[in-house]
Amino acid sequence: MRVSPKFTQALAVLLLGSATLLTLAVLFFVIAFVLVKGLPGVTWDFLTTAPKEMGKEGGIFPTLVGTILLPLLAIGIAVPLGVGTAIYLTEYTRENRMTRALRFGTDCLAGIPSIIFGLFGFIFFVVMLKMGWCLLSGALTLAIMVLPTIIRTSEEAIRSVPNAYREVSFSLGATRWETVIKVILPNALPGIVTGMVLGVGRSIGETAAVIFTAGSSLRMPLTVFDSVRTMSVHFYILAREGISNEKAYATASVLIISVLLINLVAYTMMHRFISKRAK
Amino acid sequence: MSTVIRVENLDLFYGDFHALKKVPMEVLARHITALIGPSGCGKSTLLRTLNRMNDLVPGVKITGSILFDGKEIYGLGIDVCTLRKRIGMVFQRPNPFPLSVYDNVAFGLRVDGRSSRRQIEDIVEQSLKRAWLWEPLKDRLNDSALSLPLDQQQRLCIARLLAVEPEVILMDEPCSALDPISTSKIEELMLELKKDYTIVIVTHNMQQAARISDYSGYMLLGEMIEFDATDKIFTNPREGRTQDYISGRYG
Repeated sequence: MRVSPKFTQALAVLLLGSATLLTLAVLFFVIAFVLVKGLPGVTWDFLTTAPKEMGKEGGIFPTLVGTILLPLLAIGIAVPLGVGTAIYLTEYTRENRMTRALRFGTDCLAGIPSIIFGLFGFIFFVVMLKMGWCLLSGALTLAIMVLPTIIRTSEEAIRSVPNAYREVSFSLGATRWETVIKVILPNALPGIVTGMVLGVGRSIGETAAVIFTAGSSLRMPLTVFDSVRTMSVHFYILAREGISNEKAYATASVLIISVLLINLVAYTMMHRFISKRAK
Repeated sequence: MSTVIRVENLDLFYGDFHALKKVPMEVLARHITALIGPSGCGKSTLLRTLNRMNDLVPGVKITGSILFDGKEIYGLGIDVCTLRKRIGMVFQRPNPFPLSVYDNVAFGLRVDGRSSRRQIEDIVEQSLKRAWLWEPLKDRLNDSALSLPLDQQQRLCIARLLAVEPEVILMDEPCSALDPISTSKIEELMLELKKDYTIVIVTHNMQQAARISDYSGYMLLGEMIEFDATDKIFTNPREGRTQDYISGRYG
């Protein structure tokens, strides 16, 4: 018996619809679960005071600062390098064995578990360069970790800028560099920002690589050579060592809300930029 | 009448493909020179060789001579960017940047970086006037160029080019994306621009070549079959092959 097209159509809508619904439900459940357990513990004091007794009491202020500083520094290192590499690969070289090898290499790097980067950072920055556990060791390690993502997303963004724009720019007498600055980067910006947001997200959520390189000191970092603890690490330690489940969930709630806020701010800024350019 | 560009014995290869074969051409100042011929005959390639846009194509090899203003454009000591400012180009599809009308016209000046804000304002206004866009667009300078109708977009591209004050304007089938009314507007504009600029146009539209050009070159399979005054080409061509093409008997 032949199934009628109407029936398969209805079935497809049903299946795809339920897949979407299920995904959203899981996502919503996870976030709601953490927020319900954690939000009651999030108070102004919790956000602005230092932890006491390893985090059993008190707040998370130093880890909040660490969570802001570490990814910021990591992205600050990774973006110039990554975007520069992407520009070089797409605009200044023709497709050849070297660019293919580089691309393959970055793809492989993107798939390496973060703990490996952590171990590398520990051996190279912390021990060999004698930098110790500190903000800078952590940021450099995270920068290496998110570099492949930033290179690939920037490359895709740059590649998707229509060739006609390059031609026009060259035909008006612009050099390659002027074309990159005035035409390519502004048009590739949305994609580059997406890569940055992904990189920040990965850095904020990272624990293994951070513990190995930035340490887990609960003191307030004053220079880049001080050890820091991020909220993710704090959460991990609170839960793992059974210090305080209540504080752990409160930390997790703050973490989730910060990630949401970062995405929100990045995308609104981007949209404002785009609509300002071509209204 | 002075010769602005003189092409002699020009050979061009894309890899193994011989795209231009010993091509000669002469472009006279303040005249319109048209290149006609069937698709793939090399007319666009020839045009793009004149402002060295073909440099961007991988595997291209060029021999022969192109003199612009008495200097070999593929010679040593030629700055490609300066050359392209002097020999500008209008493309087949209108291709404004996704910027405002004003920013599009100001683009070349800002890249150059030598003009003050005030000067840029003046040049933008003048350029839009020359492209007959000032009246329709003077109150819409901040609108996106992409919101304009196609013929205005193409004239905006011409204005953007005029702003960098080129001497020669190369046009690569500038009307092929436009309807007949828009086409006639662009043609009128070209006849006006001819008073101050030297124009070379590639067109697949023979009537267009006959209407606006002073000199025409008929190209076929990478060769310049015949190059002469447009009247002569269209009424009394020397070559049988040209006759076949313009009378529609090409096969």
